[in-house]
Amino acid sequence: MTLAAVRRRRRDPLWRLLLFARPLRGRLVAAVLAGAATTAAGTGLLAVSGYLIARAAEHPNVTALAIAVVAVRALGIGRGAFRYAERLAAHDVAFRVLADVRVRIYRRLAGLAPAGLRSFRSGDLLNRLVSDVDATQDLFVRGIVPPLVAALAGGGTVALCAFLLAPAAGALAAGLLAAGVVVPWLSARLTRRAGRRTAKARGALATHVVDTLSGAAELHAFGAEDIALARLYEADAELTAQARRNAAVQALGAGLGSLTAGVTVWGVLLLGVWSVAGGGLGRVPLAAMVLAALAAFEAVGQLPAAATQLAETRAAAGRVTAVLDAADPVREPARPLPPPEPPVSVRLRGARARYSPSDPWALDGVDLDLAPGRRVALVGTSGAGKSTVAAVLLRFLDLDAGTATLNGADLSAYAADDVRRVIGGCPQDPHVFDTTIRENLRLARPAAGDDSLRAAAAGARLLPWIESLPLGWDTPVGAHGAALSGGERQRLALARALLADPALLILDEPTAHLDPETRDALLADLLAATQGRAVLLITHDLTGLDAVDEIAVMDRGRIVERGTHADLLRAGGPYAALQRRQAGRLPVNGRRNVHV
Amino acid sequence: MKPLDPRLLRQARAARTYLAATVAAGTAVTGLVLAQAALLAHAIAGAFGGLGPAALATTLALLPLVVAARALVAYAGEASALRAAAAVKSQLRRRLVAHVLDLAPGEGNLAPGDVGGSGDVGGSGGAGGSGGPAGPGGTRTGEVATLATRGLDALDGYFARYLPQLVLACLTPLAVLAVVGGADLLSALVIAVTLPLIPVFMILVGLHTRARTERQWHLLERLGGHFLDVVEGLPTLKVFGRAKAQAKVIKEVTDAHRRATMATLRVAFLSALVLELLATLAVALVAVEIGLRLLRGGVPYETALLVLLLAPEAYLPLRAVGAQFHASMEGVTAAGRVLDILDVPAPGATTSLDSDVDVDVNHRTVALAGVTVRYPGRDRPALERASLAIEPGERIVVVGPSGAGKSTLLNVLLRFTEPAAGTTSFADVPVAEWRRRIAWVPQHPYLFAGSVADNIRLADPEAGEGAVRRAAELAGAAGFIAALPAGYDTPVGERGARLSAGQRQRIALARAFLRDAPLLLLDEPTAHLDAAAAAGVRDTVERLMAGRSVVLVTHDASWTRRADRVVRISAGRLSEVAGVAGEGLVAVAP
Repeated sequence: MTLAAVRRRRRDPLWRLLLFARPLRGRLVAAVLAGAATTAAGTGLLAVSGYLIARAAEHPNVTALAIAVVAVRALGIGRGAFRYAERLAAHDVAFRVLADVRVRIYRRLAGLAPAGLRSFRSGDLLNRLVSDVDATQDLFVRGIVPPLVAALAGGGTVALCAFLLAPAAGALAAGLLAAGVVVPWLSARLTRRAGRRTAKARGALATHVVDTLSGAAELHAFGAEDIALARLYEADAELTAQARRNAAVQALGAGLGSLTAGVTVWGVLLLGVWSVAGGGLGRVPLAAMVLAALAAFEAVGQLPAAATQLAETRAAAGRVTAVLDAADPVREPARPLPPPEPPVSVRLRGARARYSPSDPWALDGVDLDLAPGRRVALVGTSGAGKSTVAAVLLRFLDLDAGTATLNGADLSAYAADDVRRVIGGCPQDPHVFDTTIRENLRLARPAAGDDSLRAAAAGARLLPWIESLPLGWDTPVGAHGAALSGGERQRLALARALLADPALLILDEPTAHLDPETRDALLADLLAATQGRAVLLITHDLTGLDAVDEIAVMDRGRIVERGTHADLLRAGGPYAALQRRQAGRLPVNGRRNVHV
Repeated sequence: MKPLDPRLLRQARAARTYLAATVAAGTAVTGLVLAQAALLAHAIAGAFGGLGPAALATTLALLPLVVAARALVAYAGEASALRAAAAVKSQLRRRLVAHVLDLAPGEGNLAPGDVGGSGDVGGSGGAGGSGGPAGPGGTRTGEVATLATRGLDALDGYFARYLPQLVLACLTPLAVLAVVGGADLLSALVIAVTLPLIPVFMILVGLHTRARTERQWHLLERLGGHFLDVVEGLPTLKVFGRAKAQAKVIKEVTDAHRRATMATLRVAFLSALVLELLATLAVALVAVEIGLRLLRGGVPYETALLVLLLAPEAYLPLRAVGAQFHASMEGVTAAGRVLDILDVPAPGATTSLDSDVDVDVNHRTVALAGVTVRYPGRDRPALERASLAIEPGERIVVVGPSGAGKSTLLNVLLRFTEPAAGTTSFADVPVAEWRRRIAWVPQHPYLFAGSVADNIRLADPEAGEGAVRRAAELAGAAGFIAALPAGYDTPVGERGARLSAGQRQRIALARAFLRDAPLLLLDEPTAHLDAAAAAGVRDTVERLMAGRSVVLVTHDASWTRRADRVVRISAGRLSEVAGVAGEGLVAVAP
């Protein structure tokens, strides 16, 4: 193999996964040996039995059969024991590799999140990645062990056969190779091609099914149920017709496998009978040889499934290794400055940033000052670049041009974790973990005592509600906080941010997804709780902003206007226009301080 | 779990023909297995007895024919099984989707978006899961969609491998037993005693390990969930400096899971051990027994060889069934879910006393009297003793916070929900007939795969191109449609991904214009639009309301300026708000 070929192989995602198992090679070898012993015991049982009765037919003394009798019984028991050992060993390796891959991928994701994971924003992709990681455990049990076992056991049988009759061994080897390599390869190829043909029909059908079910209300309201079903049936008929055409191709593997095995046994028998007549083979070993050939095909029976498994796992492994290879969105300094001390001042000058070179500028020359004790609100329509400012300050994203300084030193000269110790808060769409309220809060400060927890919860006006719950602080919140209302979820996130108590508190859209009443109440509480702190409040909701020290209005990556609420309204610029637009959507209870 | 659900045969006719063909193929395979063993035994014994290839020519020539026939039956059996699977899947899929569509609006669990205090999470404020996959109705829609496509695909393995193997497991052992019994009674006895032990042990070991295995799978699922939860929450973890510490937790959790799983597997794999032992040990016993009898001259060599060749064949299909069982269970479970759903009775069509009941919305009041609606699993009614009279041409704006029952009120008017108590003036009209009088603009209009024109035409499939264009113009959609790459023929993309929220809303308004119905129902027509888009849609809605009876539900009080009458809804109860119509929000405060 040339050096280039070796390198190529090393880049193969399956190969890389295999390398993860290198520390476990002892266990892997044990699994393969046990598997080979299982198959060998099966073949041996039939071969020795064949020898036993052939020898018995010569009516020798009973002691001549003693060894064969013992061997037959031992092989009968050994097979089960070996099988048991093999399955345990293979599963053990699989789970160990899974743990390793999980930790590796987690470390990488932790480095990438969130800016490097923008392509995974849709939960589906992240979900798939997680199941890809889980799929790697099948690689060993179903993908790697069976071919190695087949090679060992098949090879052993052929060697035994060669000892008796060389041409028969050749026929057996050819048959095993055909059944174990050619037929699986051919049928995998054909099946894949058939699968590609049906992919389009399958996609069309899925679209119609989802459409019909998701749009059921509209279909009923407009009396269009029958039309939608007719379209669905059409797509279904197309897919079913293709599946029927593909059936012949898919069944080919089963037919060819059976044919190969049968023809090989016939060939071995033919050669054997010929040699017995010619004196090249004893009449007793003939039975053993034919029976061994018959049993040998068990070794390759698992291979078509293994081929399919390898193809599936390769796709999963490719997606996993792609994440492992992804470049860091943030450059960590080789020698970070000592951690910054609060209070902190942050200054952006001419800041430009984007998420990838092909994206438009998310920040396009932003100047912003954040000083201790000052509350600044960043407002603007969605996509104006507000959250990108937060991403830069939290060291989730590096600037492409301009400067960001923290207490006078370049932000990127600090370790990212050190920066986040002083700049923190509540990211957009804060995640609520599937655990208790207490654990979700304590995430912000694992060492926090009950008093601190209560104070933070009180600040977010969550305390009375928590104490009213039957399980109180130990109430589980469900996956994604499903057991909480939208308002409770946001308050929990706010309490968490208050508990962390960073020197600069960033609150990114803390009132998103809430209805107007809840929104107004939460905003009022939030402004009350953060009095006197350094806060960057990011929002597209303009309620109550007369309480902050400065408002910066963003539009297309730039700050287009800044000043106090009163100044900006007087100026009649973009802020006043935003306020006027929002005034068009008044809440039912009219609790809103609009000065127009 | 039953190996073959009788409901499957009832629901899918294709399954019945298939079953007959499979039994025929199984019989053929059994016969060929016996023939192959007999030919092999004859050839080997012949050679042992000194016969040359020429003397054995017939046997040696017949063998490849039997081999070819076996291969052919294996091929044809699997091909026909896969074809049958395709047909069964198609039949189940069609029934499933049609049935769920029947159930969908009436069943309650697909309908309400405005339940509980969860705000507008997932944005499913509208009825019937039109709010996308994250809404409360979405999970079920998603589950059924998965079931109808990927879920049923797992039936391939069930039909192509498991059921044929099951047939073989019934036929082959009996045939082998009969032949072996004819040759050597003692061997037949050994097989006859051990054979039934295999299913018995399968069941015993299965029962013992099932509970533990199930708990294990549950744990596995939870751990998978834990990993996903942590990965999804990474940005939050990073903000609080907890991301690195979680790597250790993941390692610990996965390791703990491995230890727990291996402990279960050590027991679960015992089943395989026992089965393997039974089968191989029985073959070993037969071999030794027949060998010793042969030694004493009690049986000819050829017979002994035949018994030895056939003994493993008795166990093979039984063990194969066990191996296929787990692989095929996924398909059986999916089919079981489909059959369960098909067993849920569809709401019976409302009986019509007289098809020409006068429900002329233009001239008669549409009335609800004391209507109460309950959704299963919720203690408080979504609508409680609600009464409302909609006079011809009257514009009613219903205001109230999320979760108050606004969408449920529309569901009653749309007949998506049948009241648990109370009466409506339209209860006797056939549902389809009643809906013909309604144009509905949901909060999150659903756009179907297809062109823009197709989507507007949903409101009136017979409408010509001119009518569609007119409706689009009235809805203020003509401008952006003209700017699309292929105008009215532009595909809207998955769930209308190509269009903005405001544009989707305008398509829904165009549907309503095309529908041209006397009763107009609107659900939060501007709630999820930005200010500029909302202002435009507001004017269009104004145009649409002209000359129709209107019920508009919203939590946006500015709509009250356009109302003849304002009704407040709170915790499922309606109350009239006096003297606000046309004046805006002043008096609406509670």
